[in-house]
Amino acid sequence: MRRLPRKDAVIVGLGWTGAIMGHELCQAGLQVVALERGPWRDTASDFNIGTAPDELRYGIRNDLFVRPSQDCVTARNTMDQVALPIRRWGSFLPGNGVGGAGIHWNGHTWRFLPSDFNIRSHYLERYGEGIFPENHMIQDWGISYDELEPYYDKFEYLCGISGTAGNVNGQIQPGGNPFEGWRQRGYPTPPLRMQHAQNMFTKAATELGFKPFPLPSANLSQAYTNPLGVTQGPCTYCGFCERFGCANYSKSSAQTTILPVLMRHPGFEARVQCEVVRVLKSGDGKTATGVVYVDETGEEWEQPADLVILAAYQLWNVRLMLYSGIGRPYDPNSGEGVVGKNYAYQANSAVNGFFDNQLFNSWAGAGSLGITADEYNGDNFDHTGLNFVGGANINCTTFHARPISARPIPPGTPRWGSAWKKATRDNYLTTQNIGSQGSNMSYRDCYLDLDPTYKDRLGRPLLRMTFDFKPNEERMSAYVTSKMEPIMRAMGAKQIVSNPKKGPWSVVPYQTTHNTGGAIMGDNPRTSAVNKYLQVWDMPNVFVMGASAFPQNAGYNPTGTVGALTYHAADAITKQYLKNPGQPLVQA
Amino acid sequence: MSDERLSRRTLLAATTALFGLVGTADARTVTGLPYLGNEVYPPPEARPGPWLFFTADEGAAIEAIVDRLIPTDDLGPGGKEAGCAIFIDRQLAGPYGRNEGMYMQGPFPANPLPTQGYQNQLTFAEQYRRGLAGLTAHVARNFGNRKPHQLSAEEMDRLLTSMEKREANSPEFNGSALFDLIHNNTMEGFFADPIYGGNKDMMGWKLIGFPGTRYDYREVFDKLNTRYNRPPVSLLGRPEWNKAGGRT
Ligand SMILES: Cc1cc2nc3c(=O)[nH]c(=O)nc-3n(C[C@H](O)[C@H](O)[C@H](O)COP(=O)(O)OP(=O)(O)OC[C@H]3O[C@@H](n4cnc5c(N)ncnc54)[C@H](O)[C@@H]3O)c2cc1C
Ligand code: SF4
Repeated sequence: MRRLPRKDAVIVGLGWTGAIMGHELCQAGLQVVALERGPWRDTASDFNIGTAPDELRYGIRNDLFVRPSQDCVTARNTMDQVALPIRRWGSFLPGNGVGGAGIHWNGHTWRFLPSDFNIRSHYLERYGEGIFPENHMIQDWGISYDELEPYYDKFEYLCGISGTAGNVNGQIQPGGNPFEGWRQRGYPTPPLRMQHAQNMFTKAATELGFKPFPLPSANLSQAYTNPLGVTQGPCTYCGFCERFGCANYSKSSAQTTILPVLMRHPGFEARVQCEVVRVLKSGDGKTATGVVYVDETGEEWEQPADLVILAAYQLWNVRLMLYSGIGRPYDPNSGEGVVGKNYAYQANSAVNGFFDNQLFNSWAGAGSLGITADEYNGDNFDHTGLNFVGGANINCTTFHARPISARPIPPGTPRWGSAWKKATRDNYLTTQNIGSQGSNMSYRDCYLDLDPTYKDRLGRPLLRMTFDFKPNEERMSAYVTSKMEPIMRAMGAKQIVSNPKKGPWSVVPYQTTHNTGGAIMGDNPRTSAVNKYLQVWDMPNVFVMGASAFPQNAGYNPTGTVGALTYHAADAITKQYLKNPGQPLVQA
Repeated sequence: MSDERLSRRTLLAATTALFGLVGTADARTVTGLPYLGNEVYPPPEARPGPWLFFTADEGAAIEAIVDRLIPTDDLGPGGKEAGCAIFIDRQLAGPYGRNEGMYMQGPFPANPLPTQGYQNQLTFAEQYRRGLAGLTAHVARNFGNRKPHQLSAEEMDRLLTSMEKREANSPEFNGSALFDLIHNNTMEGFFADPIYGGNKDMMGWKLIGFPGTRYDYREVFDKLNTRYNRPPVSLLGRPEWNKAGGRT
């Protein structure tokens, strides 16, 4: 192993959070190196209109995601089962390369509800202890919405998010989400244009008493120049968004918002195809001294650094902590330990509607083109007697009609032959769904640890995921889905097919890449791995970015909150930590 | 595609002229914005011609099968004319056939849970090779010593139905697994970009009304709920463009 010159900070992973952190630390005058296991990627070279809209390559064969032969996860539903490797990605699609999963995300950019952050105390006060499900591990976040608001704002203005505000400084705004937390100002850009389906949904839902509003989108409605001086172009609704890089510079990502500035910063360098294999610790185990990484020839390097930022995505952050012995590993039997604890996901559902005489032309869509209604999200509705915690946003989106994967046919139709062919033709343009994005609570037996059997290409144990959807999530999903059906009926569907979320969780169909927990934040080192600044309680010069910090997952996509937490952490590092390096920012 | 892509990237990362630094660790160092014109790695175009993976008999069997899965009827041409067999052959001869990028280390347990997904030790290419051998034997046994491509359309439909419904499964022949595999790849071929050898002249897209890779659909929002009449475009452009001599 060869030793490289010391840096002020090393960032593991150059995706969404790594790029944000890189920029903030360089601005504070630090010498920063980011190590990224995947290749260099930029719009001009990699996402070109002549190659980007290729469903087979990117949507089906997964060209942009990390290859399971490089890094993968084993999975099982319960602790008494044998976990097996996810040999090809299905349920979730972890990113790889510069930009990370931010390259190929949809761009739904949400703030969580104020009550999501103190969910435990909020529900306890309103409903009493009896509302919590069996074996739950639901915790408050140790941070409030009010504390995070400025950082949500910062992330949204970095991205240029397109949307309609619902609550500006406490004033409810027409056309926005009346349930959202206060925001200091409106969105940077107006909402995207809506498709036929959204117009029908808005009409139907409004008549039923909902207050629908545009889904906040990182596919931009118009050109936008962000505070760093980087400009994005308007989205053209190409329909190759989720799972694809954007050839138009219209989807906010590290590439389109930060890297053009960061890469030219004299304090910054990136090393690509360099996978960090562990964090190095001092003799007393109390500080990190740097990281070890392997380049693509297999050679190992030591990169010493004063500050170590894990920004490798939720799964790989947790895995690196477990390998490196950072924080005490979680033990599901005793409930002790913190690293790997509270793994959660997202409990989504859908109602499909088959229509006559409507042309949805859903191939004209964008990753986050949609209308949403939040009446049944979080604690926006009375949970008395419902016997579950949590909720879901209800949405009507048009994000693609790529024909290998999106050819809805009514149940009972043959899978092949002339009858299949006719049904495929007849329903392709005339089907629409309503979806829900549901919260997922944390449980004692849903967690991450190291697999006892399966190894990666370097001989290190794979991360093992033990997870299932629990009755609480099934009840929540059934309830919210039952609220979606009347909207679909009012939209005039001739046939309706409902799919509320049900266990067992399967690794096969794509659900979401919203993996959460495992290195959760909180106000107490006994029950959380990091403090509210994402600083490791036990190792103050290590900070862990990403949704690994969520104690449980809310009824929204995570990245708005991930971005806000990253800016919040960066602010604390540059304004407080660097004055007193190596010290905890919160006293245990 | 991944092998080639990664090695080209490696080469690129090692090009010190582009990245401005020397030394082994620094060879991977990126500073500034390294822009390479036209570095988009288009997939190689699959062209008609001899089989690259299938034997003559295997190819004939697959052609006969894809043409029943997607038959020629009054809605238009079927799977064979669309090039689905060519598509599958080219896929099996490439990274997909080798399960490249998938996690293929053992152990491979005998009874994985359905929720645990793909746990097959064989590559897709091997699954086809063995599956088609099993199919050939099954057809010889049950259809009077003939080969799959010698069945009538009606007999082929009967065979495929029995495979789909697991009625043809035996210790020597996992008919339902082979059916699912061929069915999946046939649909991919019929609806993937024609650059991969299927969906000839975008016939799959024309059938359903998918306009392809036009990339800019802003005009659709001016005329919602109306039929879109522009012809589809693929990564290869449109046949008309090629006839005009614009591309070869
Ligand atoms: C298909 C898809 C759709 C999505 N849609 C949405 C959406 O609409 N809304 C939303 O909020 N979120 C969405 N997400 C999630 C969103 O992309 C992530 O929340 C976000 O990218 C997380 O940022 P991150 O920095 O934590 O991880 P990433 O952006 O993934 O970056 C992590 C980086 O670390 C690198 N890395 C990992 N391990 C190592 C290692 N050991 N050494 C070196 N480098 C390493 C990875 O290669 C990667 O580049 C979606 C994700 C996917 C895949
Ligand atoms: S839908 Fe819009 S933002 Fe998404 S890839 Fe296409 S042009 Fe880019």
